[in-house]
Amino acid sequence: MGYFGELRFFGGFKQTLTQVLEPRVTTEYPKEKRPKPPRLHGRHVLNRYEDGMEKCIGCELCAAVCPADCIYVRGADNPEDAPVSPGERFGFVYEINYLRCIHCDMCVEACPTEAITETKMFEFSFTSRADAIYTKAELVVDDDGRPQKLPWEDWREGEDRFTSGWMRATSPSGAAAYEGEVQWSGELGYGVRAPEGGQSGKRDDEATGNISIREVARNKIPVRFGGRVR
Amino acid sequence: MPDPLFAHGVDLAVFVIVLVKVLVAFGALLVSVLLMIWFERKVISDMQNRIGPNRAGPFGLLQTLADGTKLFFKEDLLPERADRVVFRLAPFLSLLPAFLIFTVVPVGGVVTIAHHVIELQVADPPIGILLVLALSSVAVYGTMLAGWSSGSKYPLLGAVRASAQMISYEAAMGLTVVTVVLEAHSLSTRTIVQSQAVHFWQWNWLRLGIVPFVLFFIASTAELNRPPFDLAEGESELGGGFHTEYSSIRFALFFMAEFMNTVTMSAVVVTLFFGGPDGPGFHFLRWLWPIAWFLGKTIAFCYIQVWIRASLPRMRYDQLMNVGWKVLIPLSLAWLLVVAGVIQSAAWGFAIIGGCLLAWALLGQSVRIARLRREALVEGDAALGAEDDVRGGVAPRGTGITSLRPVPGGGKVGG
Repeated sequence: MGYFGELRFFGGFKQTLTQVLEPRVTTEYPKEKRPKPPRLHGRHVLNRYEDGMEKCIGCELCAAVCPADCIYVRGADNPEDAPVSPGERFGFVYEINYLRCIHCDMCVEACPTEAITETKMFEFSFTSRADAIYTKAELVVDDDGRPQKLPWEDWREGEDRFTSGWMRATSPSGAAAYEGEVQWSGELGYGVRAPEGGQSGKRDDEATGNISIREVARNKIPVRFGGRVR
Repeated sequence: MPDPLFAHGVDLAVFVIVLVKVLVAFGALLVSVLLMIWFERKVISDMQNRIGPNRAGPFGLLQTLADGTKLFFKEDLLPERADRVVFRLAPFLSLLPAFLIFTVVPVGGVVTIAHHVIELQVADPPIGILLVLALSSVAVYGTMLAGWSSGSKYPLLGAVRASAQMISYEAAMGLTVVTVVLEAHSLSTRTIVQSQAVHFWQWNWLRLGIVPFVLFFIASTAELNRPPFDLAEGESELGGGFHTEYSSIRFALFFMAEFMNTVTMSAVVVTLFFGGPDGPGFHFLRWLWPIAWFLGKTIAFCYIQVWIRASLPRMRYDQLMNVGWKVLIPLSLAWLLVVAGVIQSAAWGFAIIGGCLLAWALLGQSVRIARLRREALVEGDAALGAEDDVRGGVAPRGTGITSLRPVPGGGKVGG
């Protein structure tokens, strides 16, 4: 402090002036789009087993846990001659109201059969309330195991590949001992998905669709913060 | 020196010339407000690693126009408890002075068209700088009446703050202007500019020793209600301050006034302390160079205003009052005396400098003694209270400086 303490008053002026030379952090959104993090919560899909059977068993746990009350499920007994899901019952009606959904992913956590997961697609702007309610016809994956693409949805390149990142992201109860252990069933079109590399370092980012946002944003971060901008 | 335009009486040509000058100044000011708002937003976003407005027009230049159009088409609300006439009048009261102040600012040199000698400023009254001071205090009526007539508590608080702030900083501003007037021997803005002409070391900010310029700049920032002195607005504590209840185009008028004031005050600072349109020119287009110099200097000061806004947090109210009354006013008064003495003779100058330093030292010593005395009293109270606690009694606590108890020991007070 002392007499030089008063001069620190000008530190703020120096700070603001040097900021002019720093790179801009703004992403001009519709023109350029930032890559999405691997576990982003987007629009839901209803998954199917590798043999084409639906995973949903109509237990309504997702509807029960939903804090926004946006899911409506009715279960029904499987028809004996043409069962929809392996087991006793299947999801007869499945509706999600996207005007209410907050994408909290609690339905995904609650689901006992990994039937419902969230894709990374969040840019969908419908123009009528009826379009906002997705029924089973729109939610169930198609015969290749890919999510159905509706006209008003903006799917980016490769996004339909990683539709259930969350399920493989964590080991049961967060226990490190289970890291990398496969605890999930196969999916139509993909088979059994690879586990995401956690703390072990044995990671297959190609197979799990994992990306480091920091790596991507490196061109916008100054050198002194570990980026590439001089 | 009277305006040479009126030397041979007022005929039609003179009338037309004055009309053209007024219209050009009016248009230029309106455009300058558009550009100033854009400039401020762009510079601040530069300083915050953002891009700023870039959608409307090239480089976002038309953003202000878009905002103004939007505001114009919004509903103009009149609060139920508002004073209708005053409420409607207030925005214009704060806008008009901003226009009028600019009329006395010399923008360039002198042009001769068809034997008419035209000064490049709207008007050159012999009381030019007094007019600036008077109008800048009229501007506060806009703020004050807006807050008062809204019939709502936050605007009222903003209005009270604005008027108190204006009174505090007006004095310092006036005293620094007096130093300029002493040096130029005239109140006319054109004469003030001419007295600084030819060499840059004759510009007033150097000639008067930097301090008056700094004081004037701080005081004018406070006078304009610009950050860090924008207590009348105080978004965080007053929810918008004096213009909380305003909407639509009246709200826009307040903002127009604020930014126009920024431009005109920058122009006034340039006029008073930076030689106005003075600066080296070249032979071609001789009348254009002074205008270019004036514009360049004004833009530089606009930039500094924005820079200040980006860098400094808003002051607390007591800090504002402390700076105004305990720093700016005494300093400007002392500097005025010193300048007056130096102009009289060197001996007078040194005598007054000595007198000011002596007064400052005496004042400082008395403040120091008063502080020590208060501390001693507080400590004494605490000690007495502790003794009482030991004995189990409840001590009647004194309130520090108003306590009438004798000071224990007494040694600390001796000054």
